[in-house]
Amino acid sequence: MITFEHIRKQFPDGTVAVDDLDLQLPTGQITVFVGPSGCGKTTSLRMINRMVEPTSGRILVDGEDVLAQDPAVLRRGIGYVIQHAGLFPHRTVVDNVATVPHLLGRNRKERRRAAVELLERVGLPATFADRYPSQLSGGQQQRVGVARALAADPPVMLMDEPFSAVDPVVREQLQQEFLRLQSELGKTIALVTHDIDEAVKLGDTIAVFRAGGHLAQVGTPQELLEHPADDFVREFVGRDRGFRGLSFESAAALPVRPLSEAGPARLVLDDSGRPVCWEGAGVRGGSAPVGGTFTQHDSLRLVTDLALSSPVGTAVRVDGAGRADGLVPHHDLVDHLATRRAPA
Amino acid sequence: MSDYLANNSDVVLAALRQHLGLAFLPLLIGVVLALPIGYLGVRFGWLYHPLLNASGIVYSIPSLALFVTLPYVLGTQILSPVNIVVALSLYTLALMARTVADGLRSVDASLTEAATAMGYRRTRRLLEVELPLALPVVLAGVRVAAVSNISLVSVGALIGIGGLGALFTRGFQLDYTAPLLVGIVLSVLLAAVTDLLIVAVQRAVTPWSRATTRRA
Amino acid sequence: MGDDTPYLFDPTHWSGPTGIPQLLLAHLGYTGVALLCGVAIALPVGLYIGHTGRGSFLAINAGNAGRSLPTLGLLMLMVTLMGLGFLPVLIALTVLVVPPILTSTYAGLRNVDRSAVDAAVGMGMRPWQVLWRVEVPMALPVVLGGLRSAALQVVATATVAASVGLSGLGRLLIDGLSVNDYGRVIAGAVVVAVLAIVLDLLLGLVQRYAVSPGVSGRGLGRRTGGPAAPASRVDPDRL
Repeated sequence: MITFEHIRKQFPDGTVAVDDLDLQLPTGQITVFVGPSGCGKTTSLRMINRMVEPTSGRILVDGEDVLAQDPAVLRRGIGYVIQHAGLFPHRTVVDNVATVPHLLGRNRKERRRAAVELLERVGLPATFADRYPSQLSGGQQQRVGVARALAADPPVMLMDEPFSAVDPVVREQLQQEFLRLQSELGKTIALVTHDIDEAVKLGDTIAVFRAGGHLAQVGTPQELLEHPADDFVREFVGRDRGFRGLSFESAAALPVRPLSEAGPARLVLDDSGRPVCWEGAGVRGGSAPVGGTFTQHDSLRLVTDLALSSPVGTAVRVDGAGRADGLVPHHDLVDHLATRRAPA
Repeated sequence: MSDYLANNSDVVLAALRQHLGLAFLPLLIGVVLALPIGYLGVRFGWLYHPLLNASGIVYSIPSLALFVTLPYVLGTQILSPVNIVVALSLYTLALMARTVADGLRSVDASLTEAATAMGYRRTRRLLEVELPLALPVVLAGVRVAAVSNISLVSVGALIGIGGLGALFTRGFQLDYTAPLLVGIVLSVLLAAVTDLLIVAVQRAVTPWSRATTRRA
Repeated sequence: MGDDTPYLFDPTHWSGPTGIPQLLLAHLGYTGVALLCGVAIALPVGLYIGHTGRGSFLAINAGNAGRSLPTLGLLMLMVTLMGLGFLPVLIALTVLVVPPILTSTYAGLRNVDRSAVDAAVGMGMRPWQVLWRVEVPMALPVVLGGLRSAALQVVATATVAASVGLSGLGRLLIDGLSVNDYGRVIAGAVVVAVLAIVLDLLLGLVQRYAVSPGVSGRGLGRRTGGPAAPASRVDPDRL
């Protein structure tokens, strides 16, 4: 557990970056700090390992006041991941990963063995061990960065925009693997991002910061999206908040039409009843792939995505065996969304 | 030229030996002094520009002027090799202090930050992170300093101590090109070999700077 | 000639053919002529190599090779081969000036942001226009830096050239040494050192003001020095 008690940070030029912050980061969970730039989220993160010293207040990590500890020793016990990985270009991948064990004086052989093991854990082959960082792609470097932060098996990890510097496809992949890793390791993690989508995806808890270092709201992603505390949070969470909120709503209650009501176009099935493609009037080129399907366990967001991207404006539902069992034209979807609950 | 070499090998070898000493001792002194001074220029940011200016001024003083002034400042004999050693040490220091500072400043701030965040203390971080990363820049400076020292030593012949420069003054006085050619060739060769050696050292101690091909 | 008066403060040393002003003028004259010759040779070659990329091996190695030439040996060899006079000295000085200018011109041009050159070509500039309107202005800080170190090199070598009979401030040092007039030696050393330092500062100012503020970042309210990465230093308020 990480606890901020009345934390205030005023820089020498008078700027107040963080003002009277009270916050608890539960053990074994991911807490995301999110907010516009200059809101004090990174400053707050960096006060945990004393890269920034608070002006007043206390920060406790598992009950111990960080300000009472030797900063270097404290930092060796807290994993740290930054945006561009910050790997040392003059050290091989394995030596990069083994940095903190090296500082802790562990012996060379053991360091190396543990580091190679960690590389595999973050999805890199052991053959990468003796390469230099410049020989890796951005996404691979970021994995090494995560391995390096985990090397001394710290209970707490700080991550500052860890996935912002890689392209969207790789980012998505890194986020997935990060969640898988966290489900195995159960670290107490503080993660800073400016991207509300990333916050929703990764956070068990989200702390929304506003300019001047005030907390606007703390809650689970769903609480934030459905019950924003004020206009600032509503604004920040975004205009397409409703669309994001759909991630948490099941498609089970969605009315579907039988396959025969596909309109001018026709859904072609294979022998076992799985959808293959759309054919007929209104389909450009005469035939177009279905693209994707949903089951009743998926979210409304997926259904919306499918309906919007379908060549005929219709999402296809399948059963557990992948057989098509219903259609949702986009106008039905719109009607359903409009009536499902009174507007917030 | 070969006749001259055959008949005067003792003289030439002695001149070469003196040349080596007069070029490399100052290189060593200058580099050793430049490391802490260059570091201070980075550690205390306000020192950087004064350091740059001082180094520029020292470096622009013509060598002969510095050679003849030092006996006056140091109280040495005009014929003492100490003058040459001190003068070339000063040039090396001027060049290298600046280079060391620039090399350390060229280290990406996010790397020193990352090192600190992982629990490095200042001294160890300097030795294990900043200095190795500054090494390519520092060694490039050492190359320049070594080569210009080797070429400058011979100017000392005008005040009686000049390694291979003694061959120049002798050839000039006797109106005889052989010693001049031998001196020039040896001096250039010495510089070239030194340069190659430093490049070899540079490659050996910075393996990462060659490993830039991405094999993803 | 009062023996107690320091050399520099004795009025008799400030007039006549061996007076300090005359020697200074001669020194400046040699320096200027040698620099002109060096620029005339090195600049076109450097621009050609930098613009086309042909012969870059020569340009890269010229700098180091030039630095490794022993100035005294070169001077004395030239004079031994050609006899006393200004011409052999000028040749030696020019040989020493060409490498730094050549190398810096080449390096300056090569360091120009390729995307700027690309854009220039894409907008329809001819090779000459690309060179003069884009590459040279952007390379100027580095080119002038090479000229600056070449100038220092010439001032120093012209001093040494007194040992092969040339006039200039080196006379004070060489003649003073030969007659054991240490006062004269020191006076000469001080004057030539001051000359070099002042010249270096002046060229530094030229370097500063001849370069476009967009390239140098001067006066744009950004605290980024040095001649690299010009594109990122354009003041957004001026766009």
